Amino acid sequence: MDFVVSQILTGLSLSSILLLVALGLAIIYGVTGVINLAHGEFVMLGAYCAWLLQVQFGWSLLASLAVIFLLIAALGWLIEVAVIRHLYDRPLDTILATWGLGVMTQQIVRLTAGGELRYVQMPPSLSGSVDILGATDSAYRLFVLAVALGLFLATWCIYRYTSFGLKLRAITQNRAIASSFGINSARAYRLTFAYGAGIAGLAGALISPLKSVSPEMGTTYVVDAFMVVVLGGVQSLVGTLASSAVLGETSGLLAYYSNDTIAKALVLVAIVIIIRFRPQGLFAPRVRA
Amino acid sequence: MSLVGFPHIWSKNSSLAFAQDGEIKVGVLFSLTGTTAIIEESLNKATLMAIEEINANGGINGLKITPVVEDPASDPATFAEKARKLVLSDRCVSVFGSYTSASRKAVLPVFEKQENLFWYPTLYEGRECSKNVIYTGAVPNQQQDDFIPWLVEKFGKRWYLIGSNYIYPKEENNYCKKLLEGLGAEVIAEEYVPLGHSEFSSVINKFRSEKPNVIFSTVVGDSVVALHRQYRAAGLDPATMPMASLTTSENEVAAMGGDAAAGHFTSAPYFMVFDSPENQRFVEAYRSRWGGDKVTHFVSESSYFQIHLFKQAVAKLAASDISPLAIREAVKSEEYKAPQGLVKVEPENLHCWLRPKIGQCKADGQFEILTQSADWLEPNPYSAYPNQKCTAEGLKEV
Repeated sequence: MDFVVSQILTGLSLSSILLLVALGLAIIYGVTGVINLAHGEFVMLGAYCAWLLQVQFGWSLLASLAVIFLLIAALGWLIEVAVIRHLYDRPLDTILATWGLGVMTQQIVRLTAGGELRYVQMPPSLSGSVDILGATDSAYRLFVLAVALGLFLATWCIYRYTSFGLKLRAITQNRAIASSFGINSARAYRLTFAYGAGIAGLAGALISPLKSVSPEMGTTYVVDAFMVVVLGGVQSLVGTLASSAVLGETSGLLAYYSNDTIAKALVLVAIVIIIRFRPQGLFAPRVRA
Repeated sequence: MSLVGFPHIWSKNSSLAFAQDGEIKVGVLFSLTGTTAIIEESLNKATLMAIEEINANGGINGLKITPVVEDPASDPATFAEKARKLVLSDRCVSVFGSYTSASRKAVLPVFEKQENLFWYPTLYEGRECSKNVIYTGAVPNQQQDDFIPWLVEKFGKRWYLIGSNYIYPKEENNYCKKLLEGLGAEVIAEEYVPLGHSEFSSVINKFRSEKPNVIFSTVVGDSVVALHRQYRAAGLDPATMPMASLTTSENEVAAMGGDAAAGHFTSAPYFMVFDSPENQRFVEAYRSRWGGDKVTHFVSESSYFQIHLFKQAVAKLAASDISPLAIREAVKSEEYKAPQGLVKVEPENLHCWLRPKIGQCKADGQFEILTQSADWLEPNPYSAYPNQKCTAEGLKEV
């Protein structure tokens, strides 16, 4: 019994990290259609902010989360104003531009913060472990799970129940018609990009106590995030949630019964097969004509 | 003998001499950008510091060492290209460099073809017998011969082997399994994770359910940070299930935090806390040159002492005789009092005699040295393959 529980918890923990990293990407891609290859760098910058605030100002991770969200969101806002908004109808150019931004960000961090690996201290109140139904799990991992679900819920509520969310959904369906009804789509895009970046920054800060912080760390996360979004279906928030859960639990189980190398390979093969037969993703509600 | 009939390119022709205008050029080939720059920067620093020291003390018989620094950007193909440049167009008499086995394998053909000399400071998996490389890091038998029996006696016989998925961990594990078999210990799992892997929750679940006495970890790079931090977050206890590593040095500990590393064990020929006048000088010089918060570790230490071995070898030669192969002959059996203690170049296989130590990490990020091997350990790059032996004539089947 405790084995089953601990395996489910492991999978949930993997899922929560995937969800955190993919959520921002899913929002940006879903609403604006921009394939943001610099997403991993927002994650990395969030982790570096956590490290900087801790080392320079002695802030604990929990205290700095809100600040990190705002900082990275502001950065996302700036990037949207300076670069992305000029490229909305040129998908290939956005890929190239965001990739270039990512490379530049990595090198700027390397030149200013140095190439050494860094780490962020886990909040002392969460550094213990907790017993759940006979299984032991790290309190911090459960905390990350709770935050990931909370963020998802908040995003979903904004999308579903606010007038801003209504406008977003309208723009997603047809930007031109939404604009002709007086919706300021440029502003909506900017806010979406900033919000997505802010969430990526939060993700980076939250995973930093479990992983190492380095200028290149974003690269692996952007790949994971794309897997989640592609499998879940773009434009589908629930799809992102579901596919994080599926991917997390599957790779956790496979890794337990074989090893992480094989788990990673099998998961990728499965995704390739699935998108061959369902290119719109598993949970896409409808496909735009 | 195969050289008979070929006009040797390194003739004593003055225009081609390696020592010219009172200087000799050496190549320094460590990645300053890319994924392994994190560690290779420190090797670059230790190398340059040793060269500066020698030059400040009058050079080698009046000759100044001029380092030609190249950045191979953590990419094996670039390593080969830069090595070729250093050897052919800069005409360096030796090149010091590289950290990963992949990059060493990439430059090897350059040095063998051009009959030049490469100095490799990193501990590695062995199973290599090149006449154009001086290996100053440890090979498996030197790090494991004392370490494995010590751990079996202290903690027990159920072992979990976890490593990154490439050649180094597999070769170390081959030798480890041999030793464990001889000790009657049991390998309950041997598992490899992808390079750069950072999610160890499934692995840690297996630690929990299998309850090994010792976790023998050959996980490298940023994965090692993730493994230790997640091990600690999961609430596992190093007192009953310690991780034993051959690669976790002060450098990795600084990256993961002393709290995550405390209680685990490493076997290495050098630790920063080692008490010797040579080490005290080395650490002080390193910190005053590169910054008071910097750590020295066993690869930066061998990067440092191999320059001094080079100096001793060159000092034995007349300026007109200086050539890569003459240096190789001169460095054989050469001894040097390094920060880790006395080291010696084995004339047969060009690896170094070292004296490994077992260290336990403490929360302040430094190690406590628990034991030291009674004597120098002979380097045996083919320790896991008893029917092969590396000799001065090349690899031999015995």
